[in-house]
Amino acid sequence: MAAAATESGVSRWQYLDHIRRTRGPFNQDSDVSEEALATLDKTKILVIGAGGLGCEILKNLALSGFKDIHVIDMGTNSYALAPDTIDISNLNRQFLFRKDDVGKFKAEVAAKFVEKRVQGVKITPHNCRIQEFDEDFYMQFQMVVCGLDSIEARRWINATLVNMVDMENQDSLKPLIDGGTEGFKGQTRVVFPTLTPCIECQLDLYTPRAAVPLCTLATIPRQPEHCIEWAHIIAWDQEKPFPSLDKDDPEHITWLYRKALARAQEFGITGVTYSLTQGVVKNIIPAIASTNAIIAASCCNEALKIATTAAPSLGFEESYMMYSGDDSIYTNTFKYEKKEDCAVCGEVAKPLEVNPNWTLRELLDSFSTKADLQLKKPSIRAEGKTLYMQFPPSIEEQTRSNLDKTLKEGLGLDVNHEVAVTDPAFPALTFRFILRFA
Amino acid sequence: MLKIWSMKSAQQKAENADGAAGKKKKVTPAQLRVQKDLSELSLGSTMKTVFPDPDDILNFVLEITPDEGIYHGGLFTFTFTMGPNYPHEPPKVRCQQKIYHPNIDLEGKVCLNILREDWKPVLNLNAVIVGLQFLFLEPNASDPLNKEAADDLRSSRENFRRNVRIAMGGGSIRGVTYDRVLTTR
Ligand SMILES: [Zn+2]
Repeated sequence: MAAAATESGVSRWQYLDHIRRTRGPFNQDSDVSEEALATLDKTKILVIGAGGLGCEILKNLALSGFKDIHVIDMGTNSYALAPDTIDISNLNRQFLFRKDDVGKFKAEVAAKFVEKRVQGVKITPHNCRIQEFDEDFYMQFQMVVCGLDSIEARRWINATLVNMVDMENQDSLKPLIDGGTEGFKGQTRVVFPTLTPCIECQLDLYTPRAAVPLCTLATIPRQPEHCIEWAHIIAWDQEKPFPSLDKDDPEHITWLYRKALARAQEFGITGVTYSLTQGVVKNIIPAIASTNAIIAASCCNEALKIATTAAPSLGFEESYMMYSGDDSIYTNTFKYEKKEDCAVCGEVAKPLEVNPNWTLRELLDSFSTKADLQLKKPSIRAEGKTLYMQFPPSIEEQTRSNLDKTLKEGLGLDVNHEVAVTDPAFPALTFRFILRFA
Repeated sequence: MLKIWSMKSAQQKAENADGAAGKKKKVTPAQLRVQKDLSELSLGSTMKTVFPDPDDILNFVLEITPDEGIYHGGLFTFTFTMGPNYPHEPPKVRCQQKIYHPNIDLEGKVCLNILREDWKPVLNLNAVIVGLQFLFLEPNASDPLNKEAADDLRSSRENFRRNVRIAMGGGSIRGVTYDRVLTTR
């Protein structure tokens, strides 16, 4: 029996432990040993997002026996620069929050609540944007679970985890479990970075929300939302009816509503209402508590299965589970193909053996004679360094002197540096090489 | 924990017999894409690029000297900034001079559909500079950032043309003084 399980009461983990001790067709004896059982206590897992999905995920992970959980909530309010705090409109579905918590940081309140409810779990909150942490921070976790409504944040963490994979470090490959919901629809995905299709490979599954250009807001609104955004962004700023906008103050929303309504009438647009004003200003994405619960539950079961090998997880064959409750219920689990030209996980750089004493010119000449390249006008760059570009003329002139410098001494290139080579003759191709010294 | 690493090693072996290890200094996707975009630019005789730091290709200045149309004889410069998410986000483009143009405001912000709502990752820098060039040949009053200039263009093209010449010479229109951009006197 794992030590922590005894401490926090045998009964809570009794049935889960029973499942984990039972040898099935998909695991081995080593997976069901007492030693293997104890590994869950040591698994450090990161949850990104402490909103509707995040609250569910934290609760489920704690109830599944994870003991060391971190949570980051960076806020989803696009107008606020500070981390998002609990809003009165969150309370209907973000069940870890109470009225007294309004205005507090989500990650902090959620962590405290679950820690109190599930004995023996340690939850460390971080009130900041995920981009504020570097690879060293993410390296400490064995797994990452995302419950976000921001595509940007998903893409960022995906690219970070893919870039972290290092063949010299076994612990560098972190499974990413991603849940997402919108209304009655949702999806759960598992990514094993560089092994299976990443979030970026699947980007075309999203239909982006069209951003309204400021010039449309300022001059030719076409939809009621344009009038509300105009009142919110432009009219409020010009007239400053109150010192600062409080989105929970009915008086403030009423002011915006009246302004938007007047503008809508001026342009013959209908549909501006008080509740639409509130929705647009608060940037409310339709969220349904039970959809969050379904998706969060499936995410956490995958996390548990990956952590314990109790059963095969989503990821290697099928990697995407879609759930649709829009028209009765439909779910489908399918295999998504890795994109060969994925900007994040595609185009793996090939090793290229070079002589460190070659000049850049000699390297470029070798590209023209190499049978598998045959490049006539190559341009070449390294990370943060333009070695030589054939075009545009100004940068050609600025980098021409590099041609006679040696690779190592003259240009500071070294083993394991990547270089990217392009040639106007092959507009669709970028050749990427990892330098090796002969 | 699932033994993912054995699968990773198997994949690596299959892909590469000699095992390409490490990726200590990787070129970022944005830099890769801009490198490709730059080598495909067609600048013609009316445009020139300036790189304050040639190692930083995510920031440069584009000079436009229209050789026909209302803005003929002027020199306009635009800063181009590509963020780490390029090409999933459009480049940020700003005019460095205060100019009289219906689609460019007094702070240099540019209203060009492909820089905002119509941007797609398949578009490239060439599409943007073609768009900018077009704005000088065909300023349009339908999607204005400088409302006065747009109203002038709509009411009288002749009057608008006169105002452009005044503004390009460093003159004032309705109390607003514009930057002198003429390259000839
Ligand atoms: Zn990918």
